[in-house]
Amino acid sequence: MPRCYREPFPGERVKIHEYQAKQILKEFGVEVPRGDVAFNPKEAAAVAARLGGRVVLKAQIHAGGRGKGGGIKVVGDPGEVEKTAAQLIGMTLVTPQTGPQGRKVRRLLVEETLNIGRELYLGMTLDRARGLPVVMACAQGGMEIEEVAARDPEAIRIEPVDPLIGLRPFQARKIAYALGLQGEQVGRAVKLMQSMARLYDAKDASLVEINPLVVTAEGGVLALDAKMTFDDNGLFRHPEIRELRDPDEEDPLEVEASAHALNYIKLDGTIGCMVNGAGLAMATMDVIHHVGGSPANFLDVGGGASAEQVAAAFRILVSDPNVRAVLINIFGGILRVDVLAKGVVEAVRQVGVKVPVVARLEGTNVEEGRKILADSGMNFTIADGMLDAARKAVAAGR
Amino acid sequence: MSILVDQQSRVVVQGLTGREGSFHARQCREYGTRVVAGVTPGRGGTLHEGIPVYDTVQEAVRKEGADVSLVFVPPPFAADAVLEAADARVRLVVCITEGIPAADMIRVRPYLERTGTRLIGPNCPGIISPGKCKVGIMPGYIHKPGPVGVISRSGTLTYEAVAQLTRRGIGQSTCIGIGGDPIIGTSFVDALALFKDDDATRAIVMIGEIGGTAEEEAAQFAAREIKKPIVAFVAGQTAPPGRRMGHAGAIISGGRGTAAEKMKALKEAGIHVLETPTEIGETVQRLLG
Repeated sequence: MPRCYREPFPGERVKIHEYQAKQILKEFGVEVPRGDVAFNPKEAAAVAARLGGRVVLKAQIHAGGRGKGGGIKVVGDPGEVEKTAAQLIGMTLVTPQTGPQGRKVRRLLVEETLNIGRELYLGMTLDRARGLPVVMACAQGGMEIEEVAARDPEAIRIEPVDPLIGLRPFQARKIAYALGLQGEQVGRAVKLMQSMARLYDAKDASLVEINPLVVTAEGGVLALDAKMTFDDNGLFRHPEIRELRDPDEEDPLEVEASAHALNYIKLDGTIGCMVNGAGLAMATMDVIHHVGGSPANFLDVGGGASAEQVAAAFRILVSDPNVRAVLINIFGGILRVDVLAKGVVEAVRQVGVKVPVVARLEGTNVEEGRKILADSGMNFTIADGMLDAARKAVAAGR
Repeated sequence: MSILVDQQSRVVVQGLTGREGSFHARQCREYGTRVVAGVTPGRGGTLHEGIPVYDTVQEAVRKEGADVSLVFVPPPFAADAVLEAADARVRLVVCITEGIPAADMIRVRPYLERTGTRLIGPNCPGIISPGKCKVGIMPGYIHKPGPVGVISRSGTLTYEAVAQLTRRGIGQSTCIGIGGDPIIGTSFVDALALFKDDDATRAIVMIGEIGGTAEEEAAQFAAREIKKPIVAFVAGQTAPPGRRMGHAGAIISGGRGTAAEKMKALKEAGIHVLETPTEIGETVQRLLG
């Protein structure tokens, strides 16, 4: 599909760290534990000294399950903070969500500890079937909400949010009472939920998750952990969110791809794929699997790609060392096949390609495109149809 | 017959004077579509590509009798363009623009329900009734008039399916790209309902993809309502969870929206579900006999 207008934002897919999410929550009036980010052990000790008493050190990476991986430490003795922080910063944290390679820890959130009475779940996301955002709440906090949803869907309370009137107090009260909150906790929770709903709308969020939401022994209602993701399509009106991205948490090839307004996702296989259109790109991955291969990436060069973009795409594709063969599958509509062919030839000339390249070209100006590849003097294998292309690429990559 | 657009459709192009708008308006006109007006605020009273340009959709409707709008307006302004078309009581709005914020679309949809306007898209290739009218960006020449209705969340994958049909001499009644976003105007169910009542449509091809539950809803509807044969493919069988596959809607999240779930639901509804998109043409040919 053409992007009628789109700035190529570097690092378009913005996820943010817990400490950043908590800062945003705070701005909107959601109470969070006192604390601050630290980039080295000395800073961590300084934050802990400011907070006083027992603190918790939380590794900041863009993946969940940090506790299980040893990325969250409670430190009672202020003299131990620097040492514990030194163990965390620089460690490679492996959690169920990071994959076996793990993520390097570069930042810590240093926070006060709380007297936790209850742990609840609160979240907000888009419900496609309703076409509206929904607030989701559950009395069982701290757990994966998907697991709860699968086991006991009745345990999750859902309230749709009409964008015209926002989350109404009565809706928030329904949730608060369903969660078993009492007395002054109800009013605090209502205020918190309304703040969250305002934030979701104002920041073009796609997910806000407070898990757990805690009720302290003193009756306070706070966000103990927070996760936030944003609608890429809303980023043009949120430069402040784009600034929160952390390039260390992103795949360098994906960062480069997004700088060229290409849609690239690195995968684990060996067949590099270059396709136009997201649906066709996914289908190409499926066909590669079907014939016994595995794709090295998802890459949609888009509807209106230029020869330069195609060349950049090709460079990114083959810079993945796992790639043993390249499959180009193009159905030229708006993206003309001759433009694509020029880009590919140009890229091969610039970077040199040591792996076999199989091309399946169809659509607008296909004859010119095939001729450009044939006349390039380079070794392209031309395939007839998707299935043939996948078979040839997988065979060539063996 | 065909659905939604035909030789009578009078099309206004919103964003006509932009690069994409100009190019595709010309392509649509060459295909035979009656492109009667363009709208670009500030350019009213001029001619662009020989097409009269107006400042507002309302004027284009009043002066040229436009009843279908084709939107090429950039994402920050696209929701407003769709609302403007609805306000002017255009019957059908086809929104090609990719990248409209979900927060904008949740406000647009209830408004369209009030005005009774049908929206196709956003983030879609548009709609074509082969041989009659093309309101979109698909390459016209791969299509051929005939008995198959095509509904798809994808763009180029639709072209792939259509080309397979045409190569076997099987034409299409109407092809609708419903769009790859989480919130769209016309769903699979809506499109199936239209094809159900179209006598010229004898078989239906449905191309879904991972994310959401639109395919499952379509399966339920088809099992209940549709007697015509349906062939379906779901892209993204091998897509990893948690990664957005290009389309804003194509993501497996929280273990939901997988291709396997969708394929199972479609099969249970008696739909012919394909493992690969390369068998679409031959399967339809077999079913049509």
